[in-house]
Amino acid sequence: MKKFVSGMLAAVMALSLAACSGNTDTSSAAQDSQAATSEGSASQATIKIGGIGPTTGGNAQYGNAVKNGEKLAVDEINAAAGYTVFELQFEDDESDPETALNAYNALKDWGMQVLVGPVTSDPSLNVASKCVDDNMFMLTPSASAEDVALTGSNIFQMCFTDPNQGVVSANYIKDNNLGSNIGIIYDSSDPYSTGIYTAFMAEAQQLGLNIVVSDASFQADNKSDLSVQVQNCQDAGADLVFLPIYYNEASQVLIAADRIGYDPVFFGCDGMDGILGVEGFDTSLADGLMMLCPFSAFGEDETTTTFVNAYKAAYNDETPNQFAADAYDCVYAIYQALQDGAISADMSSSEMCDALTSAFTTMSFDGTTGVGQTWDENGMISKEPKVYTIESGAYVLAD
Amino acid sequence: MQFLSYLISGISLGSVYALIALGYTMVYGIAKMLNFAHGDIIMIGSYVIFFAFGSFGWNPIVAVLFSMVVCTILGVVIERIAYRPLREAPSLAVLITAIGVSYLLQQVAQLLWTSNAKSFTSVVGFQKVTLFDGQLTISGETIVTILVCVVIMVALTLFVNHTVPGHAMLAVSEDRGAAQLMGVNVNATISLTFAIGSALAAVAGALLCSSYPSLSPTTGAMPGIKAFVAAVFGGIGSIPGALIGGILLGIIENLSKAYISTQLSDAIVFAVLIVVLLVKPTGLLGKKVNVKV
Repeated sequence: MKKFVSGMLAAVMALSLAACSGNTDTSSAAQDSQAATSEGSASQATIKIGGIGPTTGGNAQYGNAVKNGEKLAVDEINAAAGYTVFELQFEDDESDPETALNAYNALKDWGMQVLVGPVTSDPSLNVASKCVDDNMFMLTPSASAEDVALTGSNIFQMCFTDPNQGVVSANYIKDNNLGSNIGIIYDSSDPYSTGIYTAFMAEAQQLGLNIVVSDASFQADNKSDLSVQVQNCQDAGADLVFLPIYYNEASQVLIAADRIGYDPVFFGCDGMDGILGVEGFDTSLADGLMMLCPFSAFGEDETTTTFVNAYKAAYNDETPNQFAADAYDCVYAIYQALQDGAISADMSSSEMCDALTSAFTTMSFDGTTGVGQTWDENGMISKEPKVYTIESGAYVLAD
Repeated sequence: MQFLSYLISGISLGSVYALIALGYTMVYGIAKMLNFAHGDIIMIGSYVIFFAFGSFGWNPIVAVLFSMVVCTILGVVIERIAYRPLREAPSLAVLITAIGVSYLLQQVAQLLWTSNAKSFTSVVGFQKVTLFDGQLTISGETIVTILVCVVIMVALTLFVNHTVPGHAMLAVSEDRGAAQLMGVNVNATISLTFAIGSALAAVAGALLCSSYPSLSPTTGAMPGIKAFVAAVFGGIGSIPGALIGGILLGIIENLSKAYISTQLSDAIVFAVLIVVLLVKPTGLLGKKVNVKV
């Protein structure tokens, strides 16, 4: 019944959007804004960046982090340049593929020249094929499904792909002898989690890792109770539990394990980042948790500390997670292409798409989530995976 | 021993479903409407406890009592504003309104407290109990949940069968028109039903979030639907039915997760529901209703 009602609402929204999209001409809208912001000089024109992500609904924490990260980067760049280099408009997609298309259309009517988004994989797949049709450059901060980048040559990712994380995790566990009996708890309704899971299983088999629990999954609809899955792992004698899931569910797993006195090594992927920020969570339970993550808010290097301090100052002392960091990097990567002279504000979205596609496949980018990063022709990024261990409430780089 | 442990955690999960199902079943029995906002009242109640107990450090019992008061007021206000004007309207209109209220509560919660999930500190002070040389561990939450559920069921059954307001509820449920003619204040009785159901929702919220500690604006939605299934399973409108339906549902869910498949557990739960309804369309303890044409 609820699905039906939300379907109806979505239909009404789609109609109203279609009604107000009217006959705005994309290119003329873009030129209008240039005329308004520039003072006669072409180099001071504004590039319109569109952002899409769930700022409401169950995935809003990720969408809001991305929105905040993008906004922070845009504000910094504009302040440093002394004029409006980028203008950002962020649309809510509620993590719903259909709503994401509406958001995309709204942004196109607004005159978007580059898309930084969407945040989650399902909406990204939908929007990516639209971007291929329209020849719109799309750089997603966090949609890590491999299929997103494979949709077309103009679709780029700032994050690891899921299979990549599964393979790296399996190798790391093997190389460091972290566990002899491995249990896995994953979310079978989530492409991120299943993507890592599938790749991890395949790699683990090749490496000869001993998997004792491989079917302890949960779904979006029944993720409130994870105690049975944890108990499955305990009963099977797993001494390492691999958790390719997001931090909310992971915090529940840790609490459930603590309640039944079960203390294996827990190993997670980048979705685990944020677990220390869960309000009310006893972070001592996370001690010893290992995770594969491109970004740590506790990093000591200058790029990271500058970003973390600026983010905290801008958003109520909130610690940025990797979603915010990836989004921040996305905007800076585009800014780098602009500074290199690869693009200019007077380009149409299609010209800019071609220019950015060739710029991204040739450039090397240093950001908060890694240095010397490059993109291959599929739009997938090369990132050096780092493994962190949580020790008394902070990430420590494991070796 | 493993089986026993799964069984006990199933009973505990089922007890929470049973408490929530009570809210559905009482309101349905008396007002003949499905209050889909019930699950979201649980969520609001849990947030109240989260802040009162977790952030302000109140005594857990005081925090739960405070949350019961807040939920009672909320439930009665919702009934007064959203449902009472529709008393004579077709049931579909009331149903849609209930869904609207459900969305409203979720969105308001998201505005107030953001969608970031919070980790709920358990209100149960007991330590886990270890039996049979450490082979069986039962958490304090599990024990308290089961005990509280049983106590509330007994108290509620006594209340309905042995007090004047309880009799008024039975009368309104039997025949609203006749009850009114006999001098029962129907509106007050329905308000009382919402008040009791919502207060129980606060208790259910405390127990639900103590056992499964992730609290977000959508926390109440899925347990709410499962509890509704439990109410139908046991026979909607019947108080013992809610208890039996809830506990069976919890046990089936947990055992199928443990022994068959974690992926298929929901499918199995609903398949059992379908079989029960095919064999006994009014649910396990449902009353047969003769519809006069």
